[in-house]
Amino acid sequence: MSGSTAKPFTRSAVLSRREDIDPIQEEIEAELARREYPEQGRFAVRLAIEEAAVNAFRHGNRNEPGKTVSVRATIDGREAVFEVEDQGEGFDPACVPDPTLEENIEIPSGRGIMLIKAYMTDVRYLPPGNIIRMVYQHPLPR
Amino acid sequence: MGKVTSRIRVSGDDGITRVEFVDRNILDEANIQLISDELMKLVEADTRPKLLLSFKGVEHLSSAALGTLIHVHKRLEQRNGQLRLSDINAQIFEVFKITKLNKLFQVHDTADQALKSFT
Repeated sequence: MSGSTAKPFTRSAVLSRREDIDPIQEEIEAELARREYPEQGRFAVRLAIEEAAVNAFRHGNRNEPGKTVSVRATIDGREAVFEVEDQGEGFDPACVPDPTLEENIEIPSGRGIMLIKAYMTDVRYLPPGNIIRMVYQHPLPR
Repeated sequence: MGKVTSRIRVSGDDGITRVEFVDRNILDEANIQLISDELMKLVEADTRPKLLLSFKGVEHLSSAALGTLIHVHKRLEQRNGQLRLSDINAQIFEVFKITKLNKLFQVHDTADQALKSFT
């Protein structure tokens, strides 16, 4: 095992394409494992970051070439905090229709935010709505 | 130039098309689009298509992948076909439950059970 777990792990990156998140996901997963976050938590974090990054490129930046997405991660023994920021104008998550309603169940999109909220401990949008901040608390904080 | 490689394995010659996924993680949008195109071809190939999607070995599934499944399900319904899902691990099944898609899709524990459920 390498490195101390006393200091928080921090990582930030600017992504040009969605695929750029893949190596960062690997780093984050390794760090979570090193700090003994449970498998369920690692699954949750991976899913949440993936969904947030896809939303940032597709809905925030509207897939415009040249626009980037910034990712910031801070992980310690208590919690893992992630921010994903796009270069869009921001949006109101309350405007996303509930995909679990019977009338919406066959609509193929709109489930990303719901999954993020279900899996992460705390989720909020920072003004003007183009930054999503996601927290996963370690079930056995140390 | 990148070679486009199939992301699914297809088998079955008894009127039921069995599909397994090549990737452990079905997250990447380009791959999901490829999977969608391949599944749609299978749906269009039969008059009353019967499709079994086995998620054996799949560890992560994004909401975009769920969108593809919904798309395939709708097209199968239009063509009087049938769709079954099987071998979904507990964590991914939780994703189906959260989104209530476990009520839209017929999900079975194993491929054998799913095969028996076709009518």
